[in-house]
Parts: sequence; structure tokens; C-alpha cells
Amino acid sequence: MPLEKPESKALETRQRFYYSSDRIIEKPFNWAQMARLLQYLKPYAKTLLPGAIIALLIGTAIRLTVPILIGVYAFDRVIKHQDIHGLYWLVGTIAVLYFLSYLSNYFRIRLTNILGQYVIFDIRKHLFNHVQYLSNRFFDSRSAGSILVRIINDVNSLQDLFTNGVINTLTDLLMLCGIIVILFSLSWQLAIAVMLVIPLMFFLSTKFRRKIRRAWQLVRLKQSKLNSHLNESIQGIRVTQSFNQEVNNRAFFDVVNTEVFETWRSATQKNAVFRPFVEMANAIGSAILIWFGAFLIIHSHLTTGIFVSFAFYLGMFWDPISRLGQTYNQLLVAMASSERIFEFLDERPNVRDAQEPVSMDGIKGTIDFEDVRFTYDEEREALKGINLHFEAGETIALVGHTGSGKSTIANLIGRFYDPTSGTVKFDGIDIRQIKLSELRANVSTVIQETFIFSGTIMENIRFGRPDATDEEVIAAARAVGADQFIEQLSNGFYTEVEERGNILSVGERQLLSFARAVLADPKILILDEATSSIDTETELKIQKAMKKLLEGRTSIIIAHRLSTIRDADKIVVLDHGEVIEQGTHDELMRARGKYYHLVISQFQGLEAV
Amino acid sequence: MLLFEAIQIGGGSMDTFRRLKNFYWPHKKYLFGSLLFLLIVTGATVCYPIVLQQTIDKGIKGQNFGYASVLAFGFILIMAIKGVAAYFQQYWGNLFGISSVYELRKALYRKLQYLPFRYYDNAHTGDLMSRLTADVEGFRFFLSFGFSQLFNFILIVSFSLVIMFSYSVPLAVVTLLMTPFLAVTVYSFDKKVHPAFRAIRKSMGRMNTRVQENVSGMNTVKAMAQEAKEIERFEWNNTDYKDKQIYTSTLWAKYFPFMEFIGNICVVVLLGLGGTFVIRGEMKPGELVAFFSLVWYIMGPLMELGFMVNQFSQAKASGERLLQILDEPIEIASPENPIETDRLLGSVEFRHVYLKYPNEESYALKDITFRARPGQVIGLMGATGSGKSSITRLIARFYDATSGEILLDGESVKNYSLKTLRKNIGFVLQETFLFSSTIRDNIAYGNPDATDEEIIDAAKRAQAHDFISELPKGYDTILGERGLGLSGGQKQRIAIARALLINPSILILDDATSAVDMQTEAKIQMAFRELMRGRTTFIIAHRISSVRHADEILVLKDGQIAERGVHEDLIQNPNGLYRRIYDIQYKDHEQLKTQQNA
Repeated sequence: MPLEKPESKALETRQRFYYSSDRIIEKPFNWAQMARLLQYLKPYAKTLLPGAIIALLIGTAIRLTVPILIGVYAFDRVIKHQDIHGLYWLVGTIAVLYFLSYLSNYFRIRLTNILGQYVIFDIRKHLFNHVQYLSNRFFDSRSAGSILVRIINDVNSLQDLFTNGVINTLTDLLMLCGIIVILFSLSWQLAIAVMLVIPLMFFLSTKFRRKIRRAWQLVRLKQSKLNSHLNESIQGIRVTQSFNQEVNNRAFFDVVNTEVFETWRSATQKNAVFRPFVEMANAIGSAILIWFGAFLIIHSHLTTGIFVSFAFYLGMFWDPISRLGQTYNQLLVAMASSERIFEFLDERPNVRDAQEPVSMDGIKGTIDFEDVRFTYDEEREALKGINLHFEAGETIALVGHTGSGKSTIANLIGRFYDPTSGTVKFDGIDIRQIKLSELRANVSTVIQETFIFSGTIMENIRFGRPDATDEEVIAAARAVGADQFIEQLSNGFYTEVEERGNILSVGERQLLSFARAVLADPKILILDEATSSIDTETELKIQKAMKKLLEGRTSIIIAHRLSTIRDADKIVVLDHGEVIEQGTHDELMRARGKYYHLVISQFQGLEAV
Repeated sequence: MLLFEAIQIGGGSMDTFRRLKNFYWPHKKYLFGSLLFLLIVTGATVCYPIVLQQTIDKGIKGQNFGYASVLAFGFILIMAIKGVAAYFQQYWGNLFGISSVYELRKALYRKLQYLPFRYYDNAHTGDLMSRLTADVEGFRFFLSFGFSQLFNFILIVSFSLVIMFSYSVPLAVVTLLMTPFLAVTVYSFDKKVHPAFRAIRKSMGRMNTRVQENVSGMNTVKAMAQEAKEIERFEWNNTDYKDKQIYTSTLWAKYFPFMEFIGNICVVVLLGLGGTFVIRGEMKPGELVAFFSLVWYIMGPLMELGFMVNQFSQAKASGERLLQILDEPIEIASPENPIETDRLLGSVEFRHVYLKYPNEESYALKDITFRARPGQVIGLMGATGSGKSSITRLIARFYDATSGEILLDGESVKNYSLKTLRKNIGFVLQETFLFSSTIRDNIAYGNPDATDEEIIDAAKRAQAHDFISELPKGYDTILGERGLGLSGGQKQRIAIARALLINPSILILDDATSAVDMQTEAKIQMAFRELMRGRTTFIIAHRISSVRHADEILVLKDGQIAERGVHEDLIQNPNGLYRRIYDIQYKDHEQLKTQQNA
């Protein structure tokens, strides 16, 4: 297949996009981890598990018995002695056994699946709940996608192990041992001869299969690269079209598509090679039976019945061996998945409630920073000994360029992080002593990237206070002037919205988050770049609402727009994690310090255009 | 009954498969090769019971060890042939599927590259992705396995029946009599299990969405202290998924052992009846043993028939969803004999332009008329949704105007090739999209042949060179999806460099500075000045300062031009929208000036 050529010569030799698809799919077996996984079976050790095991024991026993009845008993007793009565008895017995087997299979399938699903449910719940309370530090270093993959895909990949794997392994081992014991007791010579193929079968189902498995892993890697690119090319299609890059991208896709094709072809070929070998292993077993069996019957003591039973058992060999190989694969996959799951479960939230937390009730909203230092990672110190005092009810503006520490201060007030050293206090109480859930309920943050959850507008505004009535929600929306655009939507407050839907503009989203904050009615309010994407007209509209929103609470505003900053009771200017100036707008302008220059440079930049 | 249904479905959906023929028919040699070898495989499979019968009845009974040896080695030979045939059957069958979807994917990707904005406005990435992955896979699976499974079913059942009838007519009839029971069971199982599987998939999808939302909105969840509520909501999804799984497994538990039971009962009946025949000497023992294998050659495939039928209807549904993409009209394309020119001068004229987006009731633009001479700057102001961005999208023909004319250098935009058009128009958008690629390649996105010097020069002019140089890997730094790891301002500057590198004659700056801090904004504004030199520029902005020097400012309201003119004129109108905005924004500035002068 000839590849499509890119329009640009340079791209013939250069890889254009990079996708990290190097997720390790399996890990070597690890007992400690296995033991930890099996812990999840514990709650069911006295209920579902014994039932499942009993059902499987009965089923296996019957499957092992029937070939003897149909072979040895039917041929050597009944048919040989022309015993019609015996035949009827035999037929009746087998029918009853089959019925029992039917029942036991029913219970085995039911119980093992219920058991497996409950275990998966428990693991997923444990993981999700744990992740909810992890601190922001945890989320900072990971993309949403990678967390999603663990809660969904990694847990799913344990599903097979718990519904089928564990029980199947038991069944298969029992089955193999049972067959071997029976074969030896029927005729040890023939048993030894026939079992020559077992090592071959084991080799095929483990070593040989590993090669195949590797090949399929490669396919998955290439496929995930293809999917990443597809996803990105759909999201970035507008950029691609406005820059005329359709042909170049097609050339890139063609390479990836061909890689997928090639790896797939090679995997499927390896898979197909497997077939002749399995056929041969089975054939050799059968040929030995026919040849040596016939020899033993003719020259020795062996009976036709035993021969028939052997034929049945031989047919039952391959399945358990093959399944054990598969289960082994499942285990390796489960090792990788569970390692990733346990990695999350072992994360400790570093922001935690104190032993005996204090209630937030009596707190008015005075905020103090005493010698607060903070580092996000080892290298960069975000705050270098901050001392601040905000009176309750004041409006404070934090000013400084990106990385100066404004948002860090806001994050510490909301206790999304704890300071590396020093203390943050509300009304003189270290906030680490305050009950976290109450603290969060009383400190509302309106962030720049407001997240819209799928649901109605009503539900979205209610997000921070789930018990608010419809009237309260509407009143909150009205207070910030959001009611106008909401009422223009097709279903008003009951319009369904979602994160990726294009129904709401950036400014409208921001208004929704204002309404959320008004409804939550916090004692301390943080506006983090909250007005930056609102157009001037809307800004004008919400200025009144803003005033109302700020009234009666301690408010911390992080903003670039002078109009938002100017009226603050106090402006704190930060630079590289230090407070370099504070005061009112007029004081700071008169001082002609950093603030003055920031303001001037903003206007100079704008003027220049 | 099932077969009948299969044929019925087949009849109705042949159209889907016929229309997708281009993708798989060129590879028909793999299909036919695979089916040919399948014939050999199936033929060899049914040899086993015959060999067993011969061993028992001739070798053992006749005390003929020589014959038994011949059988044993003959059997190995047959199985060796079967193995080789199985290899080709499987390999070529798969090859048929993967070669076909290779072409299919290629065609889909090609289509997606050229579908207009209108399509993407209404499409969800998730939905498109599921078509490109799950549906393509469903189609492949059917091509790779569907045909051969059906063929195999017919072959093995008929071969087995022939052998059965040749051994014993009554026993063959008994076996046949059992099949309707099995068929009914399979049928009713199938009716229930597929909706159940769909329910599982749906439930999984909902859970996926829930977790995705939770994790993506974690900042909001934490800011509002809603963890407990989120746990409660997730618990519902988790429980729902578990219940759906357990319900499905109950179906399995109910039906699967029962199907096996029917087969087993057949074995019991055969044993009773056949045993009697053998005792009476009407049948040879080996023939009875052969029947125990042959029964399963019929029962086994029958149990899978339901899956085959379902696979077929799934492949059909997948095919339809793929055809939907392939059949989507590309209404915006280059004309037959397009004007192709390397460089436009950059004059832009709108004559009574109206625009209505599909699926929307009101007009996004109403009677827009204006003219920009080469090198002029046009400022566009107005509230969100007033139509500012729509004007710029029409120039590059991302949409076509509903009525009215748009002229570039005096020619209708529709007379140019899309390539010429877009090569000459550079966009810097509010929401910057960067690709998973190096910074270098992101800047060179529109001009991959650019030299390193040109790239660095563009970065310098976009005020991006300094921060890029400070990164450990500089221009070779790989950005994640959506340019993770860079601040909004940094991404914006890379986007500016990207637009600069294609050296467009028309430049569109769509609210490009809203998310950056004061110092960066100042820097970006400087970069814009550099960028605008010698180009016709459209500036969409909220700030008066960004547009005040424009040659013409259009103030839009509800898709119409509410006010127009230069800054000095517009501020003279005391009731105008522009003047109101000016008042708000310049209050600060005037005050500042007086302070500065004080």
C-alpha cells in the first residue's frame, strides 16, 4: 500500500505529533499484591464464596464421573453382557447426574458472577471515595484522563479475574488432577503414553502464548496512538482547517494507520501459527491412544470401555490447560492494574481534619497569615514568609504577575493545601483545627475555569448547596443578573447543559458560578480571576451584583482589571512569593512603587496599539 | 427459525453492505482463500469420529493392529493438513477484515479533515470517536469472522448429518428432533441477552461520564465541599452497573447450563437407544462412540448461531453509522476553476451579508456592509453573541453567508480555492488549541517547511522566544494534549507565532488577550503591533484600548451594526454603546493620568 505524501517536504522525515501511549499493560506476578487483592473477597468468605465452591465441586465431580459410566460401565458391563436392564439403569443414572450438573452450573455461574461484581463494586467504590478526599496536590500532578482510566479501565480489567479467574482456576486444577488420577487408575501404561502431550500443551499455552500476547500488546499501543491522534484531530479541526493542514495530517494518519495494520497483521499471523500446533498436540494424543490403545487391547488386558473413557478424557484435557494459560495472562494484567489502583489508594490526603476539629460557627472572617511559607515542589518556593492581616468584612485585592503567589494565598485560605511552615488563622484559630467540611462550606471560591456539570442550570447553581429551594436558586441568579440569559434559553432554568456543550459562553458560565457563590452564602469569598473573561457590558451589569456579593464577608479578589481592583479596602502587591506593598489604591499610586508601575505599564501597552 | 431471521436481516441490510463494498471487495481474494481452507478444516474435523469408529469396530474388534497403526498415522497426517489449512483460514480471514478497515479508516479520516465547521458545531467528539473506534471494530469483526462462522456452521452441520445418517438413521433422526428445543432456547436467550448487554454498555458509559465530570470538575467540587454528594451520586452509577452485570449473568446462568443440558439429554437418549441397538447387534459400538462426538458438532454451532445473527445486525448498524459520516455533504469546497494566488492584497468587502446558522432560528448576522482596504485595521466590538466572531469566520469561508456577498480583492470569496483563502488569513483565537507536538512544530503548524531561523524569528516577534528558551528542552519541548503545562498567556503567544509564520495578508485577532495578566497582556499587545504591520487586521476585543486606533470600528448588537466610525467620532455620541463602554474603562485611565501629572 503506497503511503500518502505530505505536502510539506520537511514532514517526510519528521514525526509531527507525539502521544504518550507507553502504559505498561502487565507486570510480573507478585504475591503480596495478590494477597491484597484477595482481601476484597473476605466480606463474602462466609456467604457467596462457599456456595460457589460447593457448586463447582459438584459440577466437576459429575463431569469426571460421566465418561467412566459411558465408557467403562456401558461398554464393558452393559453392552458386553447384553444387559438391557443395566442399560436403562445406566441411562437413568446419567440423566439424573446431568440434571444435577445443570443445577450446579446454574448456581456456580450465578454465585461467581454476583461475587465478582460485588468485589468490583467494592474496589471501585473504595477507589472513588478515596480519590474524592485526596488533596489538590494529588490532582495537580495528574491529568483528568489518567485518573479516569484508573477508576474505569483498571478496575474493569480486574473484572475477569474476579468473576471467572479465581473460580475457574480452582475448577481447572481440580479437573486436571481428577483426570490424571482416573486415567492412572484405569490403565497406567496408557495413561503415561497419553500424557506425553501434556508438557507440549503447557508449553503452548504459556510460552508460545506469551509471544502472541506481546504481539497483541503492540497492537493496542499502536491503536491507542491512533485513537489519541483521532481525538486530537477532531478537537483541533478548526485550527487544522484554518492553517491548511489537511493533507499533511492525512499523511501522518496514514503512517499511524499503516502501523496499526502491520502490527495487527503480525499479531494475527502469530495467532494463526498457534492453531496448527494445538491441532498437532491434540492429534498426537489421539494417535497415541489409537495406536497404543489398540495395541494394549489386542495384546494385553485393556478393554474397549476403558479405551472409550480415555477418548472422552483426552477430549477434556486441552480446555483446562488452555484456560489456565489465559488465567495466568489475566493475572499479569491484573498485577499491572492493581498496582496502579493501590498506588492511588496508598496516597494519603495531606489536608486532613484535626483530632477534635473546631466548628466554624462562631467565626466572623478575620484572616491572618503568620510567617507562611509554601512550596509546590522541591524546587520552587511559592510563598516566602508571608505576614498578612485582613479584617472581617474587608475586600482585599491581590495583585502581581503570574507566579507571584496570589493564587497560592487563595488556595491556603480555602485549605486546599497546608502551608509548608507558618500558620493561617481565622479569628485567631489555626485553620488546621477547623472542621474541614465546615471550612469549605464557608469559604467559596469562584475560579476562572468554572466547571459546568451535566444537568439543568438549576442543578448547576445549586451545586454548592444541594438543599436550596428553586426560589432560592432563582433569587441567587437574579442577584448576579444571570436570570436574563437563563430565561432566554429554551427551557429556562431547566435547560440541560453540559461541560462540552456549546450552549453557554465563557461569560455566562462565569455568571453561573457567581450565582453558585451567592447561593452558598459563604463567610469568606475568593474570586480568582473571576471577571477576566466577561465582556465589558456584562461586567457593567455584574458590578452591582459584585458589590452585593462582597458585602458582609471577607472577600479576596485576584484580578487584572484595574476597575475590579481599585475599590478594594486593601491591595496587596506580591512579587516572587513576597509581599512588597500593601495599602489602598490611592496610597499605592502615590507611593509610585511596583503597583504604580504595573498599572502604568498596562496602560502603556494598551496605548501603544 | 434463527436462520430464517438471519436471512431476513440479511435482505434488509444488504444495502449497507453494498454501499461499503468499495472497502472490502478489493480484498475478496483473502475472503475466498479463507473460505476454501475452511472447507478443508471442517472436513478434517469430522474425520475424528470416523477414525475413532474405525479403530473400535475394525482395529480392536478385528484384532487388526496393523490397521490401527495406519489409522493412528493417517490421523496425524490429516490433522497436520488441518493445522496448515487452519492457519491460512484464520490468517486470511483476519487479513480480509483488517485490510478492509485500513481503507475504511483512511476514508473516514480524509472525510473528517474536510467536513465544514457546521458539522463540528453539532457533533460531539465522544460520539465521533465511538464511531471511529467501536463501529469500525464492529465492522472489522464481522468481516474477519462473520462470514467464515456462517460458512462453518453450514459445513459442519451438513457434514455431521451425512455421517450420522450413514451410521444410523434412527439415531440421526433423534438428534435432529432435539435441535428445535435447543434452537428455541438459543432464540429466547438471544432476545434477552443483547438488550442486557446494551444496558451494561450504557451503564458503563454513564459511569464513565460521571467520573470524567467529577475528576475534571474537581476544583469546583473541592471549592464547594461537595465530596460527599459526589460520592452519593457515584454510588448510584456504581450500583446500577453492578446490577446490570448481575442481571446479565443471571441470564447466562439460566440459559447456558440449560443449553448444555439439552445436549446432554441428547447424549443420554443416544446412549439408551444406541446401546439397545448395539446389544441387539443392529449397530456397531464404534458407531455409537462416534455419535457422542457428532452430537456436539451440531449442538455447539447451534448455540453460537444467536451470536452470529447478532453480530450481523451489529455490523449493519455500525456500517450505517459510518456511512452517515461518509455521506455527509461537504458544502464548503473550492470551486471548479478556483483563483489561486500566492498573496492577496487584503481588501475585504461585505455587501448586505446575512448569516443564519443551521439549527438556529434567528440570524447571527443581519445586513452587514463594510469595506476594509489593504492594511487597514477594523475593530469589532459588542457583547458576547453579538456576531463579532461570525464576521471573521465568513471571510475564511468556515461558513457561507446565507445571503449577500463577501469580496476579497474585489472577487467573491467563493471564487478562490480554500487553500488560497486560508493561506492568506491568519487566526489567533481566544481558546488556543495546541497539538501534542513540539513547540517548534506547533509554531510551524501552518508552514512545516519553515526553517529554524524563521521559527525563532516568529517566536521572538510574538514575545514567546524568552520563555521558550528558558524551558529545559526549549523549542523541542513536547506539549501534551491542549498544551498542558503552559500558562494561558504562553499558549496564546505560541498561537500568535503560529499565525505570524504563515505571513498572512489578513489577520484576525479574536479576543486574544482576555486570560493573561497585565504584564503579559502588555507584551502581547506589543506583539500584535508587530503582527499587524502591512496586513488587513480584524481585532475583536472588549477593551476600547485595543480598538481605538482602528481605521473603522464596528459596534455590533444582535447581529447588526449598531454604530460605526473611528474612535474620535464614536465617543461623541453620548447615548452610544461605545461611549458607555468607554466611560467605564476610561474612568480609571483619566484618573490615572491626573495622578501621574500631579
